[in-house]
Amino acid sequence: MADEVILLDFWPSMFGMRCRIALAAKGVKYEYKDEDLRNKSELLLKMNPIHKKIPVLVHNGKPVCESLVILQYIDETWSDKCPLLPSDPYQRAQARFWVDYVDKKFYELGRKVWSTKGEEQETAKKEMIESLKLLEGELGDKPFFGGEKLGFLDVAIVPFSTWFYAYEMCGNFSLEAECPKFMAWTKRCMEIESVSKSLVDPHKVYGFVLQLKKAFGIE
Amino acid sequence: MGEELKLLGVWGSPFSRRVEIALKIKGVEYEYSEEDLFHNKSALLLEYNPVHKKIPVLVHNGKPIAESLVILEYIDETWKDSPLLPQDPYERAIARFWAKFLDEKCVPAVWKSCMSVGPEREKAQEEALEFLSTLEGELKGKKFFGGETVGFVDIVANFVGHWTGVLQEMAGVDILTEDKFPVLCKWAEEFQNCPVIKENLPPRDKLLAFFKAQRETITNFYKNKV
Repeated sequence: MADEVILLDFWPSMFGMRCRIALAAKGVKYEYKDEDLRNKSELLLKMNPIHKKIPVLVHNGKPVCESLVILQYIDETWSDKCPLLPSDPYQRAQARFWVDYVDKKFYELGRKVWSTKGEEQETAKKEMIESLKLLEGELGDKPFFGGEKLGFLDVAIVPFSTWFYAYEMCGNFSLEAECPKFMAWTKRCMEIESVSKSLVDPHKVYGFVLQLKKAFGIE
Repeated sequence: MGEELKLLGVWGSPFSRRVEIALKIKGVEYEYSEEDLFHNKSALLLEYNPVHKKIPVLVHNGKPIAESLVILEYIDETWKDSPLLPQDPYERAIARFWAKFLDEKCVPAVWKSCMSVGPEREKAQEEALEFLSTLEGELKGKKFFGGETVGFVDIVANFVGHWTGVLQEMAGVDILTEDKFPVLCKWAEEFQNCPVIKENLPPRDKLLAFFKAQRETITNFYKNKV
C-alpha cells in the first residue's frame, strides 16, 4: 500500500520548514497544503483540534503535531535514509537539549525584534546575538551541528535564518557582522538541496512581516 | 568500567522526581545530590548546566544531560529494560505530544493558578481547567497514560498526579477535583499508589509545609521562569 503523506503548513513558518527539509532529505513524497491561518481548513481543525496550529503531518490519515515531535517521527519512520538524530544516546541528548534551547529562546526573541521598539527591542537584539554566539560555540569547528552531515539540530535551526533579513531590517542591525560563523554555517546548509528547496526567500518573509506589522498597527 | 551516575536535584521538584522515577523503574543505581536552588547553586550545577543553571541534571560518567524530558529519553535509550516510551513510532509521537502539552500548558497554568495573584491568576485558572479537561480526554478507558503500566507520559504528568493537589490546598483553590475530573483523579490515585512512584514522591504533608513556608521566595523565584 502506498504511503499517503500530507503536510499542513504555512509558507513562512520556520516550524513548517523544518518538516519540509526532513521530508525532502528522506526522499518522502508528500502533498503540501498551505493553510490560511485566518481561515483554518476543516482538515487542520480535525487533525489538530487541541492547538489548531501548523505544522501537522498526516500519515495515512493519522496526524502528528508539534514540529519537533514530527521531526522525530519522520526520522523513526523513514529510518533507512539520511538519519537526522545520531545513534549515540548522549549525542542525541545534546541535539535534543539544543533544539529545546532554540525553541524556548529564539522564536520569542525574534518576535520581539520585529514587533517592538526602544529598550525592549534593544534587549531582544542583544539576547539574540548572545544566543547565536552560544550556538556558534556548540558548532565549534564542525561544518554542521550534526558533524560532517546535516543533522537534527541543523534541520531545526536553519529555517530561522529565513527570518534574519526581516529581523535585521526591523532592528536596524547586522547579524552577519555580529555572528559571521553562524552565517557561514547557514550558507553551507543552503548548498544542500533538501534545505535550499524547502526554505523560503527571506525577502518574501520580510514582506510578510511588514504586512503583519501593518495588520497589528505596529510602526 | 564502573558506571558513574549522579543526579543533581531538588527534593520538592517534580522535574527532578521524574528522573528519579525513571531511574528506579530501570533499576539503575545513582548518587543523589541535593541543590539549594534559591540561595546557593553549587559550582557543579553551574559547570554542568551553564546554559540554564537549573535542575535536574543527570551526569553519566562525567557527561551532563539537562532538561527533564531530554534526560528521560536518554535514560530510556541507554538502559533498554522496562521501556518508558512505546516502540511504535506513531505511539511515540503521541507520547511526546502529551509530554509537551503537560510541560508547556498544564504545568504553567496550574502553577500560576496557585501562585499568582489578580487577573493573571483568574486567567490561569480558566486555562488550567481547559487543559486538564483535554488531558482527561486522553486518559479515558486506560488505567495509565501508558496503558496497563506507568509510562513516559505518566511520569511527566507527576505534577498533575501529586503536586497539583498540594498546591491547590496551599492556595485554597479548587482545580483538580473529583466532581470536575473524575477520570484524572482516579488516575492520580493509581499513580500515587504505584509502588515505584510511592517510594519516590515527597511526602504530601512535608511538601505542603515546604510550599507554605516558601511561598513568597518561590513566587519571586519563578516569576520569570514559568
